[in-house]
Amino acid sequence: MGQKVLMKGNEAIGEAAIRANCKAFFGYPITPQTEVAAYMAKKMPKIGGTFIQAESEVSAINMVYGAAGTGVRCMTSSSSPGISLKAEGISYIAGAELPCVIVNIVRGGPGLGSIQPAQSDYFQATKGGAHGDFNMPVFAPASIQEMVDLIQEAFDVADMYTTPCMVMGDGMIGQMMEPVEFKERVARELPEKTWASNGLGDRKEHNVINSLYLQPEDLEQHNIHLQEKYAVIKKNEVKYELFNCESECDLILVAYGTTSRICKNTIKMAEAEGIKLGLVRPITLWPFPVEAFEKTVDMTKNGYVSVEMSCGQMVEDVRLAVNGRKPVDFYGRSGGMVPDPTDILNAVKAIVGGVK
Amino acid sequence: MAMVYENTKSLLDVPTHYCPGCTHGTIHKLVGEVMDELGILDKTIGVAPVGCSVLAYNYFACDMFQAAHGRAPAVGTGIKRTNPDKVVFTYQGDGDLAAIGTAEIVHAAARGENITSIFVNNCIYGMTGGQMAPTTLPGQITETSPYGRNVKTEGHPIRVSEMISTLDGACYVERVSVDTVPNILKAKKAIKKAFQNQLDGKGFSMIEVLSICPTNWGLTPSESMQWLKDKMIPYYPLGIKKDSTGEVK
Repeated sequence: MGQKVLMKGNEAIGEAAIRANCKAFFGYPITPQTEVAAYMAKKMPKIGGTFIQAESEVSAINMVYGAAGTGVRCMTSSSSPGISLKAEGISYIAGAELPCVIVNIVRGGPGLGSIQPAQSDYFQATKGGAHGDFNMPVFAPASIQEMVDLIQEAFDVADMYTTPCMVMGDGMIGQMMEPVEFKERVARELPEKTWASNGLGDRKEHNVINSLYLQPEDLEQHNIHLQEKYAVIKKNEVKYELFNCESECDLILVAYGTTSRICKNTIKMAEAEGIKLGLVRPITLWPFPVEAFEKTVDMTKNGYVSVEMSCGQMVEDVRLAVNGRKPVDFYGRSGGMVPDPTDILNAVKAIVGGVK
Repeated sequence: MAMVYENTKSLLDVPTHYCPGCTHGTIHKLVGEVMDELGILDKTIGVAPVGCSVLAYNYFACDMFQAAHGRAPAVGTGIKRTNPDKVVFTYQGDGDLAAIGTAEIVHAAARGENITSIFVNNCIYGMTGGQMAPTTLPGQITETSPYGRNVKTEGHPIRVSEMISTLDGACYVERVSVDTVPNILKAKKAIKKAFQNQLDGKGFSMIEVLSICPTNWGLTPSESMQWLKDKMIPYYPLGIKKDSTGEVK
């Protein structure tokens, strides 16, 4: 057992990455994730790693493209408007099949939005978020401990499938402090990076990091290959939590990250009023845990309600997973407003018809 | 018999896609010969841009990257900082480096990244079919300046080498041309020095190479060479813009 230390979410991200053998961080200041960069600026020089504050998020993600292409574990972090700027680079990284970790500490949007917690980048994160047919694994921790665990997992998944991975928190997760333990992890068996473009050395053929396929036949083959890879990720890398779903529920809440914690309080409050609620908590947002709905669809009298800090984004995936078998409702706050458990309980009562 | 000429090892023995008369081939050859002469093929990593030389990764024998439009200096930075014992160069055109990639080139130079940038300036966007570039000369007709570039509405051309030479992080900036044999030899010398600077850990070097685009200029290759001499060189004077490599630090 390791020792528990009290850490701010953003700093824990940095420490977790370093412990996952991340050797390079390329960032740009933006609230509410700037402490990640500050932590890396302090620590990277001490471990012989690289820290660069780039001139823009655009440059930062392209530095990641360069470092990742040489086979070095590397990452960047940002918050919503900055992730939009990284979108071009993420598409190239997905196309060129490079492993890296991108952290998004989501704030309210659209536009410059606000600096308060939000979950309104769900579509952007889970539907590719940039041009072309691609997806990337997206991890959504609900605590700082889980953030630490998932950062390390994300680096492994990235290397395993040569794909960018996103870890998506919100301003709440980034800014709050919680005790964390940096656990000894069983390392995955990872493929050798024979594709790395890091100097010919004794190799006969040069390696090229590239996403350009001028012949349509070639690009289609590349896309088919990517889709096959995504199918394997969907099969093997889904993560979710089922909470209070062991017996029949009046309604099942669906929530991730900060909102899932609030929902757990709502569940307690509802119980006192004789309403039995369950919770499906996606931990991977892509691949979306369809399986969690297969397991629970017959356990809920009134279907599901997607609880979000956005205006109805994840609810679309919930509807696809439920596929008309049960009703799917939505409750959300946005713009940096965090719902409180009573708000959610009132929404639940509107659906299930008050006290049973 | 004594060998008087052999293939450049740092270039792959493949046909290129460049238009007849284009000088990219000459510039590739110079970069390849420099890699051969410095014996750095096995440890060099090149970054190709978006534009006519997007496929440069198919022509250079060293390890290569293809970068997003304008981002090659950022990609090069990521490569070099995590692999400081390797040699990194970017190969970029004027649309790539002087328009969409201005932030990346300026800040790579300002940080004094120990990389080498080869900047090919032909006053036009070639790959997309001859549109106005930031380097397009006043009065020059292109697809998107059909009445000639009017500086009142389209602004003035950017003299990139002069601009970069003002940055303390840049150690060596020279503008060369490939219009004549003597100039080609001077260009090679400059490119070699730019790579040598990197091997010596001296910081950021950029060589701007004045180049021709017969296809999109609507001129024959020989007319293009004359146009380069008559129009480009007066606006973009050749020579060393900055050389702090001899300074005692």
